[in-house]
Amino acid sequence: MFNRDRWKEILEVLSSNVFRTLATSFGVGWGIFILIILLAAGKGLENGIRADFGDIATNTMFMWSRNTTMSYKGLPKGRRFSFKIEDVLAINDNVPNLRFISPRNQLGGFGSGNNVVRGLKTGAFNVYGDYPEIIRQEPMTITSGRFVNHNDIQDKRKVAVIGVGVRNELYDQGETVLGTYIKIQGVNFMVVGTYQKKDDGGGEEGQKEIYVPFTAFSQAFNMGNDVGWMAITAHDGSSISNLKEKIVGVVKEKRKIHPDDKRAVGYFDLYEQFNRVESLFGALRWVAYFVGVLVLLSGIIGVSNIMLIVIKERTKEIGIRRALGEAPWSIKKQILMESIFLTIISGMIGIVFGAAFIYGVNAVLDSVGPVDMFVNPSVSLGVVVSALVILIFSGLLAGFIPAQSAIKIRPIEALRTE
Amino acid sequence: MIQIKDLHKSYKMGKNSLHVLKGINFNVEEGELVAIMGSSGSGKSTLLNILGMLDSSDSGEYILDNVPIKDLNETKAARYRNKFLGFVFQSFNLINYKSAAENVALPLYYQKVPRKERQEKALKYLEQVGLKEWAGHLPSELSGGQKQRVAIARALAAEPKVLLADEPTGALDSKTSYEVMDLIQKINDQGNTILIVTHEPDIADMCKRIVHLKDGVIIEDKKIEQVRAEQYV
Repeated sequence: MFNRDRWKEILEVLSSNVFRTLATSFGVGWGIFILIILLAAGKGLENGIRADFGDIATNTMFMWSRNTTMSYKGLPKGRRFSFKIEDVLAINDNVPNLRFISPRNQLGGFGSGNNVVRGLKTGAFNVYGDYPEIIRQEPMTITSGRFVNHNDIQDKRKVAVIGVGVRNELYDQGETVLGTYIKIQGVNFMVVGTYQKKDDGGGEEGQKEIYVPFTAFSQAFNMGNDVGWMAITAHDGSSISNLKEKIVGVVKEKRKIHPDDKRAVGYFDLYEQFNRVESLFGALRWVAYFVGVLVLLSGIIGVSNIMLIVIKERTKEIGIRRALGEAPWSIKKQILMESIFLTIISGMIGIVFGAAFIYGVNAVLDSVGPVDMFVNPSVSLGVVVSALVILIFSGLLAGFIPAQSAIKIRPIEALRTE
Repeated sequence: MIQIKDLHKSYKMGKNSLHVLKGINFNVEEGELVAIMGSSGSGKSTLLNILGMLDSSDSGEYILDNVPIKDLNETKAARYRNKFLGFVFQSFNLINYKSAAENVALPLYYQKVPRKERQEKALKYLEQVGLKEWAGHLPSELSGGQKQRVAIARALAAEPKVLLADEPTGALDSKTSYEVMDLIQKINDQGNTILIVTHEPDIADMCKRIVHLKDGVIIEDKKIEQVRAEQYV
């Protein structure tokens, strides 16, 4: 293949009619260009939507209690119940492959009144009693101090981690935050850290939260063993969607709820939502490949056509070569290589133009600021490699029929052609 | 060198079949210079094509240098052609985008001779036909006689057992024809076996043996006193 004479000949043949070669290669280049652009656009959309998800652990479900709708074991329907802290242990014992189970209790919430006081300032904030693992499920950046830790849980320490939104409302500019006290529903908590969440489009709400240790929360606000809701994350290998039935089943048994009572336990499967979006991305990619390859196909047919014409023009030459003793497969190889070479070169040009185009779009996006649901359209090296594979394959495809027809010509007939 | 026994060949033309060769028998010894003569349609070109393995016979035997030539697929035929035969055509059949030297080196390329050796040999054979200075020229820059001499150099380059020439002087004026024949005679003098198809009696007279074909059979096969072409050059 790396034969000087062969390459020399390929170049001679392709450069013998420059305009025709260019026109042919345009078809293939255009096809690859479209493919790259489509994939990049899909990727941009994907990036945009992924940015909305942030780095939330997506393999997660949230679970909360509601009223029962069926009577069971002598208990009436319409009963109000609460998860208990022992349910967490039961889930942990009975369901494998779970990474985190974070029970949580909550104060405040949408529309409720002021619940936090510091000196003369007051505010309405969501207050969560949480385990330290929650920071892995709902990522946030600790901007000063620390987050809740297991010693806090153990000792039921009344400490709090507050969001920047809380700090802005309760503290003056430049005031020391760490070590000060805030009063949550009449109970003092010491502030040990501040956090900032990534802006996920939810406005300021995410920054106006207060995290305190779960145990301290239960004690301070008379929750007993009650658990308001749970955030449960599975290990990466196993999907939470497959485990949720089992988790809910364990809880139902512990709380004496009829196994068929579908409404007693409410849950939200983040992974399922995420998967739905994921499969949309998959479909988008598929459409991009489909359309791109179809456009490319017309380019390939163009190459194939030109190769057929080239062979027609060179019929006599092929006859001479065969009379001089060139083996048929050698002629076939020559034509296939010409076709692959032409396809790859024009494809490369298409890729380069595609990349330049994407670069331009990115530059424009950067200068006009963020656009909704569209971030950093790009193609990965993997896409370029697969584009190259497609090109080599299409070059073979384009050259195959012409090569076949070239060796079908018998030398004696080829020599007679004038 | 060549043994042919009872060779038959017919072409199908629609419903009719045209019997072109009707049982040809002849032998060629090493070092002979044979002219195959006949009017058009006598089957002389068909015979040459079968000898050149460009076409296959319907029946009969063909033995070339003690190798029976039969059941050839294209790959095998290509190898035999490359190894045993050198071709000279009426219309020269040089590849027009390759220089004279590249054209001469072509059969060597198919023999997978290394590049450097190929170039040396090509120059050597170009020198032998007196065209060393024209090595870098394209066929379009050469005269008819020069083109045919390049073609002869190309046919010689592979050092074949037999040289087959199909009307080698058909496209040349008589002066150039004699020059080419002079060259062919000199190559023959070195011991090469050469077969020439021609319908020009003066060209045939410059060979050592004339085989006369008519309607697909040999009607005359005689050895003659060779007329040297030198005297006309």
